[in-house]
Amino acid sequence: MSKYQKIAGTDGTDLSRRSLFVGIGAAGLVCGFGGISGARAASAAAASAYDPTIWYQVGTDGVVTVNVGKADMGQHVASTMAQIVAEELGSSWSNMRVNLIGNDPKFADPVLGAIITGGSWSTMMNFDAMSRAGAAGRMALVNAGSAMMGVPAGECAGAASRVTHTKTGKSIGYGDIVKAGKVTKAYTADELKAIVLKRPDEYAMIGHELPQIDIPLKVNGTAKYGIDTMLPGMLYGRMVTPPVRYGAKVVNVDDSVAKKVPGYIQSVVLDDKTGTTTGWVVVVAKSYPQAIKAAEVLKVTWDKGPNATVSSESILAESKRLQAKPDGGEYYVKEGDTAAALKTAAKVIEAEYTTSINIHCPLEPMNATAEYKDGILHLYSGNQFMTRSTAIAAGAAGIDPKNVVIHQAWIGGGFGRRLDSDMMVPAALAAKAVGKPVKVIYSRQNDMTMDFTRPLTFQKMRAGLDDKGAIVAMDHDLVSAWPTKRWGIPGFLTPSVDKKGALDGFAVHGADFYYSVPNHTIRTILNEVAQSATPSGQLRSVAPGWTFWAVESMIDEIAHAQGKDPADLRLAMLDGSGDNAGAQRLRNVLLAAMGLSGYGTLKLPKGEALGVACVSSQERKTSTWTACVAHVAVAADGTVKVKKLTVATDVGTAVNPDGVKAQVMGAASWGMSLALFEQATMQDGGIEQTNFDTYTPMRMSQAPEFDVAIIANGEMATGCGEPAVTVVAPAIGNAIFNAVGARVRSLPITAEAVKAAMQA
Amino acid sequence: MATLTINGHAHTVEATNDTPLLWVIREQLQMTGTKFGCGAGLCGACTVHVDGVAVRSCQTQIGDVGGKKITTIEGLSANSDHPLQRAWVAEQVPQCGYCQSGQIMQAASLLSVNANPSREEIVAHMDGNLCRCMTYPRIVRAIERAATDVRASNEAHGAGRKA
Repeated sequence: MSKYQKIAGTDGTDLSRRSLFVGIGAAGLVCGFGGISGARAASAAAASAYDPTIWYQVGTDGVVTVNVGKADMGQHVASTMAQIVAEELGSSWSNMRVNLIGNDPKFADPVLGAIITGGSWSTMMNFDAMSRAGAAGRMALVNAGSAMMGVPAGECAGAASRVTHTKTGKSIGYGDIVKAGKVTKAYTADELKAIVLKRPDEYAMIGHELPQIDIPLKVNGTAKYGIDTMLPGMLYGRMVTPPVRYGAKVVNVDDSVAKKVPGYIQSVVLDDKTGTTTGWVVVVAKSYPQAIKAAEVLKVTWDKGPNATVSSESILAESKRLQAKPDGGEYYVKEGDTAAALKTAAKVIEAEYTTSINIHCPLEPMNATAEYKDGILHLYSGNQFMTRSTAIAAGAAGIDPKNVVIHQAWIGGGFGRRLDSDMMVPAALAAKAVGKPVKVIYSRQNDMTMDFTRPLTFQKMRAGLDDKGAIVAMDHDLVSAWPTKRWGIPGFLTPSVDKKGALDGFAVHGADFYYSVPNHTIRTILNEVAQSATPSGQLRSVAPGWTFWAVESMIDEIAHAQGKDPADLRLAMLDGSGDNAGAQRLRNVLLAAMGLSGYGTLKLPKGEALGVACVSSQERKTSTWTACVAHVAVAADGTVKVKKLTVATDVGTAVNPDGVKAQVMGAASWGMSLALFEQATMQDGGIEQTNFDTYTPMRMSQAPEFDVAIIANGEMATGCGEPAVTVVAPAIGNAIFNAVGARVRSLPITAEAVKAAMQA
Repeated sequence: MATLTINGHAHTVEATNDTPLLWVIREQLQMTGTKFGCGAGLCGACTVHVDGVAVRSCQTQIGDVGGKKITTIEGLSANSDHPLQRAWVAEQVPQCGYCQSGQIMQAASLLSVNANPSREEIVAHMDGNLCRCMTYPRIVRAIERAATDVRASNEAHGAGRKA
């Protein structure tokens, strides 16, 4: 059991809030609440509605409104929660509605204990609570409805929003039961725990492709995002941000020209005591176009601070320097005696892998609207981590967190970007300075240059083979900024295996692969230069986005060095022995993807080939199993065209298979975009890319053909929004090697790099 | 002061002629279905129609569209029942949905002149519209589905006239 860091510190069998988020309370981030949430107001107003638990309410019309504590950023998680509730409640799908919850701690994730959306955790960690809540409502409605009809409850069933006496067909609608005031039972935690849930073979809604609740709102412009907030008397804020990403200080602001712009009100230099932002100025005006004009002529001088000479090159050089030192870093895995096994190995293969800085750039730029009203700071902003954003907003505004209310909205793209809270700061401080509500909208340039980026990473791997070609040792060093350490929440850190320190699992997850290798060492090293200059964040899939790039490229390199088929080598190493139970499922998805793609049988022209990769997900206890076969065509000049991605993924239970498919296709597209099209660079402490002309996510003309297979085998439901991101880059890299013999070890893969490797 | 005709209604707005149409539509008139994405004509989230042609409203000044017919997502159909909107629901296209008003408006300007676009014509017409969730395969499918509907509807009308 000692081999791998379990994310749960003790037995590793569950994801308890104690193990995962033990430090949140200690860090003072548990937020209070002003008590004016939409949910609470609604429940107080509708006296005749029925709330079996906090999670939903049944109205007198039979409409069920589910309180969703998860941020819906396009993964349709609100709809997913409603579908899980509806299954057990026995509600018609057309009666289901959702209410997006802000920062009311009552609606914290039942497992995580915080209001946070990430890690592809939502479905897995809320499935049980939503199921029990749904079942509780059905039982109470059946009891009340049967009494109203004068028949035994045991002869009644709840389905399609009605209680039906199965013998006679007599029935009464859920809404009518509520209207009669005959159902009031509230369930205790123990009662909820005792409920026997449906068996998978009894499901009538889970596993069905029900239409997503949010989609009709998103085809006619009525879905409201944070940026669509309108408050009476609201002013607008446009930001002027410094040329360096982090560490600048405002020395002087000259608004003499800005003052001539009609509508200009004032410029607010952010005195951000939380340190989330540095050197930002908000230009406040009556309208946003006026704020833009004033910001364009505002003259700000900065002290650029300690990071003004940092570049992508200097970060990489520092990473290489740190890796070369035998001491330093923290051990994530230390199994067997890797050093000794490498010394006696018949052959040692080594390789270095890098990934560039990457930018989230969701299409809805960061924004927030702030209003101080009756002693409460109201913030309107779509956010993935309400618990922390509450604390940051309160810290910046200098008020008690219980006087901060954040209102959630549909989110125009999250991808991890809205786990951060920076957007709360300019809105809160500008509104405070001018004494009126202010909507702050980042320009695309602000959004890109002030992103909490995916860090630049450097990894070195060494594999030792015995004289029969078996892998006897693997040594893996990773150097990067640590995205989650930056939050300063000790509960997010993991003790190193030798207990000498704490490491950021979100910089190394995935490196603890499921292949059976007897001697295995993983060391993760914090690059302080990068940590300070780039502040990194959680970008869709986080560490596995770079760890599997290295691991899955390396496995191919080892296979080729031995003249073995890379897929066959993987299948042999996924034996599920010891701690690697579960690897059989990974083996199965690899076989599925191979079969679907025609691996080994497809006849391809010169310059074209297939490449494989297979991955688990972030933590070993939240595994989704994913394999990809990439079909590429490589031109003589090194240009890579991805013709098809075949992806097979085992999610255990697919609540909505069509939704899972959409997420997997989107995630795989992200993987391809990061592999080929997206690269950010730092120069003089600043991110150089400012818009979609220089930072270039995949467009329609670049999209490949897809074949996505969802495997649902009745196991626990796991996440699907991220794992497919990580499998694509190595599959493409491996396919390129198979096509033209060029091994590329740096992301993104450029035509120049491929051509150079072809000639090498 | 400028008068703009949007979705069949005349609106008088207080803004200088160089004001981007986007901000007038979104913030002054509070028709927020049209989205701000890049401010530079690079993403297509702000796409509206001016006299039936798809334009980027962030790059269009109100002084240039005074006498013209402007249509936003809110005015594309009376009951969210434009063939593209129906197809978008049928194919379950949107994820975050933020770009989708622009995608639909861009696609509508294609179908209005070509109800039988090839895959290549669809991609060429839509390539300027970024979807960060990368729902591209479903967008293509939905446009093809809507085109089929439009053709069927055109044929039905044609047959009706003949009869």
